[in-house]
Amino acid sequence: MPLIHRKKPQTPPSEEVVNADEDSQKKPPHESSSSSKTHKKSNGGGKWSCVDSCCWFIGCVCVTWWFLLFLYNAMPASFPQYVTERITGPLPDPPGVKLKKEGLKAQHPVVFIPGIVTGGLELWEGKQCADGLFRKRLWGGTFGEVYKRPLCWVEHMSLDNETGLDPEGIRVRAVSGLVAADYFAPGYFVWAVLIANLAHIGYEEKNMYMAAYDWRLSFQNTEVRDQTLSRMKSNIELMVSTNGGKKAVIVPHSMGVLYFLHFMKWVEEPAPMGGGGGPNWCAKYIKAVMNIGGPFLGVPKAVSGLFSAEAKDVAVARAIAPGFLDTDIFRLQTLQHIMRMTRTWDSTMSMLPKGGDTIWGGLDWSPEKGHTCCGKKQKRNETCGEAGENGVSKIKPVNYGRMISFGKDIAEAASSEINNIDFRGAVKGQSFPNHTCRDVWTEYHDMGIAGIKAIAEYKVYTADAVIDLLHYVAPKMMARGSAHFSYGIADDLDDPKYKDPKYWSNPLETKLPNAPEMEIFSLYGVGIPTERAYVYKLNQSPDSCIPFQIFTSAHEEDEDSCLKAGVYNVDGDETVPVLSSGYMCAKAWRGKTRFNPSGIKTYVREYNHSPPANLLEGRGTQSGAHVDIMGNFALIEDIMRVAAGGNGSDIGHDQVYSGIYEWSDRIDLKL
Amino acid sequence: MPPLLRFRKLSFSEDTVNPTAKQQTTTEKPKRRRAGRCSCVDSCCWAIGYLCTAWWLLLFLYHSVPVPAMLQARESPGTRLSRDGVKALHPMILVPGIVTGGLELWEGRPCAEGLFRKRLWGASFTEILRRPLCWLEHLSLDSETGLDPPGIRVRAVPGLVAADYFVPCYFAWAVLIENLAKIGYEGKNLHMASYDWRLSFHNTEVRDQSLSRLKSKIELMYATNGYKKVVVVPHSMGAIYFLHFLKWVETPLPDGGGGGGPGWCAKHVKAIVNIGPAFLGVPKAVSNLLSAEGKDIAYARSLAPGLLDSELLKLQTLEHLMRMSHSWDSIFSLLPKGGEAIWGNLDSHTKEGHSCIDSKRKLSQSNLHRQNDGIRPESWVKEPAKYGRIIAFGKRASEVPSSQLNTLNTKELSRGDDSLNDSTSCGEFWSEYSEISRESIVKVAENTAYTATTVLDLLRFIAPKMMKRAEAHFSHGIAEDLDDPKYGHYKYWSNPLETKLPDALEMEMYCLYGVGIPTERSYIYKLTTPSSKCKSSIPFRIDGSVDGDDDIYLKGGTRFVDGDESVPVISAGFMCAKGWRGKTRFNPSGMETFVREYKHKPPGSLLESRGTESGSHVDIMGNVGLIEDVLRIASGASGQEIGGDRVYSNVMKMSERVSIKL
Repeated sequence: MPLIHRKKPQTPPSEEVVNADEDSQKKPPHESSSSSKTHKKSNGGGKWSCVDSCCWFIGCVCVTWWFLLFLYNAMPASFPQYVTERITGPLPDPPGVKLKKEGLKAQHPVVFIPGIVTGGLELWEGKQCADGLFRKRLWGGTFGEVYKRPLCWVEHMSLDNETGLDPEGIRVRAVSGLVAADYFAPGYFVWAVLIANLAHIGYEEKNMYMAAYDWRLSFQNTEVRDQTLSRMKSNIELMVSTNGGKKAVIVPHSMGVLYFLHFMKWVEEPAPMGGGGGPNWCAKYIKAVMNIGGPFLGVPKAVSGLFSAEAKDVAVARAIAPGFLDTDIFRLQTLQHIMRMTRTWDSTMSMLPKGGDTIWGGLDWSPEKGHTCCGKKQKRNETCGEAGENGVSKIKPVNYGRMISFGKDIAEAASSEINNIDFRGAVKGQSFPNHTCRDVWTEYHDMGIAGIKAIAEYKVYTADAVIDLLHYVAPKMMARGSAHFSYGIADDLDDPKYKDPKYWSNPLETKLPNAPEMEIFSLYGVGIPTERAYVYKLNQSPDSCIPFQIFTSAHEEDEDSCLKAGVYNVDGDETVPVLSSGYMCAKAWRGKTRFNPSGIKTYVREYNHSPPANLLEGRGTQSGAHVDIMGNFALIEDIMRVAAGGNGSDIGHDQVYSGIYEWSDRIDLKL
Repeated sequence: MPPLLRFRKLSFSEDTVNPTAKQQTTTEKPKRRRAGRCSCVDSCCWAIGYLCTAWWLLLFLYHSVPVPAMLQARESPGTRLSRDGVKALHPMILVPGIVTGGLELWEGRPCAEGLFRKRLWGASFTEILRRPLCWLEHLSLDSETGLDPPGIRVRAVPGLVAADYFVPCYFAWAVLIENLAKIGYEGKNLHMASYDWRLSFHNTEVRDQSLSRLKSKIELMYATNGYKKVVVVPHSMGAIYFLHFLKWVETPLPDGGGGGGPGWCAKHVKAIVNIGPAFLGVPKAVSNLLSAEGKDIAYARSLAPGLLDSELLKLQTLEHLMRMSHSWDSIFSLLPKGGEAIWGNLDSHTKEGHSCIDSKRKLSQSNLHRQNDGIRPESWVKEPAKYGRIIAFGKRASEVPSSQLNTLNTKELSRGDDSLNDSTSCGEFWSEYSEISRESIVKVAENTAYTATTVLDLLRFIAPKMMKRAEAHFSHGIAEDLDDPKYGHYKYWSNPLETKLPDALEMEMYCLYGVGIPTERSYIYKLTTPSSKCKSSIPFRIDGSVDGDDDIYLKGGTRFVDGDESVPVISAGFMCAKGWRGKTRFNPSGMETFVREYKHKPPGSLLESRGTESGSHVDIMGNVGLIEDVLRIASGASGQEIGGDRVYSNVMKMSERVSIKL
């Protein structure tokens, strides 16, 4: 600042201003006749030239900016909280403070397992174009590189097509430690709130551990490439032994739930394939598994993601600005590139719906049959129930079982009216009409027009058929995927084939470990419409490489309809339908079943979504959305009580708002 | 951006022009005034705008200029070696030293609100400026236990980020890590064993189980990398921390060890590559404990007397710093070890036969040559420096023969507690100086000099509580009989002169350090005049006015020897050059040791920033020669393959003269 002060008098502007002053004194008689500014400009040495006023403007902006910045920095840290309290009344104590007052203390070491997408990835070795990004985050953080060098970024984030491992000369690795997933992007918390609250009752680095892994890889490959599972085993053992033998509480989120299922099977398996921990490892080291928003049975979103690289959000954007996402921004066919990238990630295939028609429903039935979707703003129980009684006829039953249907009428028609022409044997004819897509790797161009037609003519796909569909559409990808994941239901769990790692992350094809004292919780949000089934159409646009897209104009006049922009919604946490996150704990693992031979206790805890009251609350403290639920005070409190030594009955057994029990009972599965 | 600006500008000019036009109907007087006032603000804005625009433009240019154009970067050793086919083989463990590791807040007082999991130490240090007292409070440890004060938990940052950069752009390990990555290292075979460097080594295990974690991590990396032994790279204090670990890990569990059993080190560790190790301590630690100052602060104080002592921001800076650092046990691990046998007694002078060079003067080839031959350079004065006197009160005391010195028996002195309790104004903070009577201080400081052994007595006298705490964790002597069962106590484990190396014949021990920079070796102190206001202020300080007239290695009250700016050669090199060489009682299995020195060469230009051939204590981690050596060792080369010893200083001769039983 002093520099500027000193400089100011010396700089030419002041002289100019003096000149201008003199000018203006002399000029009045002239100017009174001609008042326009154009005249002034022509004077050349007039009061303010274009550049000057430009500089003036910038100066003003800068000064105000600095001033505000100064104010912001000088502001006491508690100021925003004060304002919030004035507006909304006093905030409840965060659970950490509250429980500390109750005298809770850190007891059991806590292990976090982040889900897909939320963990950071950093560059360890790259191509020329990624110079200077060594150990910088490619995923997570600010995503600045996506804008600066999009193609380079896509190249580095993709994996090898054939192996699903690193491409030649590129090493992108998971960030390790709590920083891996505390914040996804600056200011967008994932685990940070939970960590901060746990710290209040005495947790710190030595008894909290973030088991970060490369979420792009298939689960077994994380062990092959990075020995992630071995590290996790060794870290859990270390934490248990340094914390006086207290067993660990595991908190997986989203896909981390499946990853940990895989781990539990892996760790007890003998050495070459597994971790060699012996048959009692889990019983010895794990107190409880508290799954947050776990997609145990997969998510329908994964289908649309793989099939056409779009989910609800993208589909809506495409409808609003058609052509925008399809055209070449930055010489980049955005969607196609994203699709090519995500298809190299084996992990996305772990999220495909599991259990087929038995779980997800067939052409005519689905477990959620009779579910009514209410407008978001209505209260669920009262108004919705009434509407159901008064106008049953008005609301058409939704066939959720038809996961993909071509055309809205097909989605609603009775099953007898649909003539399925089997696509499975259809010859993939001729070449794809659009040759420009060949440099973008998707397998659509191998399919030819005949193949596309065959798919559209099959009309309706249930969960089983969807897997076949993907096998047909992208055979190479699925060949790679099905080497690592399986989507079926086991008839006989003792069959030796289930020793293969590909079954370990499917809860319907593995047994839980023999650990009767362990507890499994399923914590998830409800009350948000969640994607469940899609209406598709053929994409006729000539410059698009993906021949299918969600039929976004499929609407229902009725506001309460479940069909919105081509997507049928059910209850869930915005990403995972209730059925997927709740079924295992509510039914299939409850009591002694063949999936749970030792009778591990299970609990279902649902959290009803209530959106943040105002902007100041940020993402809310009672949210039920898939990621925001990690800031839900009730959920945090439950986790902390368990970490401090409580068990399922201490925190209140089940807590259910949705129709999960009813729906689970409709599923006909041998237990 | 540009269209928007143009639009705004136009609308602006219309706004301003129109009123002017209107005003022409009014009288001339107010208009002139308006114009005058306006022009001042306007031109101010104009100037700022101008500067900002220029700034942005330069920033834009800076970013758009391709990187290689600015730094015609020499090929990094990693790239070169990777092309030569050097591949990652052994897992690497990095052990940071004191100060370089980051510390973050986990639980704090109300004044530290909003700093949860933010770095208090490392990164930008902004909190010091914003809330200095709060910062001091949180970084201090409990003065009784040396552990956390109640209600405060400050913990080491884990992972590679802990010490890759100390502050932004000031690398510590980053360059080494980057080069390791070039030959294939990544998270799974590269681990930073960060620990809370404020604690005594034993307490890191008690509080954080840092040693257990390190053990488990090494075992894990050994197992997951195809049973390849690990290469450990400790830096500075990390070297003695790892010595402590070596002993801890093989000690059985009931005796407070890690229970790895004998042979653990032989099984898991291939080599220990110490960088700038402070095996025998550093004289700097003495001045730090005595008066919270080193060369730099003393120099600043003599330039601007009163500034550091005055109550800047209501903060007696030095006193506060001293109080904080006195609560850190780890500093005591750096006190000179081995006493007079290593560091010289009152009369030993030319022991280190050292010629000191001004850091700015290039060491000429001839000078170097002469030095290696052990011939005294011309710059030697007739009366040789008595380096053995680590602390001398007054220049005279540092030079006169020992017979003329006062001998001090600290036991005779009373820590008179008569004149106390009137120091309320600054009694708030803990420093034991306030409890010593002035007479004793004068007596202590009257024409006396202290050697490495007696300086400990001095410290014991001045700060008995602190030393009592410290001496429960560290020992600074030389063992007579290493098999004495008392050496099973953990306080001896970090002193190389009081422990044996593990029984691991195949392990290799390296000492890599920089030479060619004047390094603090002994100090000349003076008494401060007691300030009436604050009695507990530090009674001693380095006499910054003492300069050797014809004696360039005495400057600002400090005598210098060869070293890497922090650690003198004798401390870094002696163990590898002599103490452990061959089969000695400190190294019973006779593992091989290597001394590799790196001659300091200041960066050629500003663009090189901290240089690629630096030899100074921290900057050496960017030294290409050192990096290459480390990479080669990591990829499986033995000490002989990288060239055995490489010595520039006269460490070998100095070691010869040290007479301890081996």
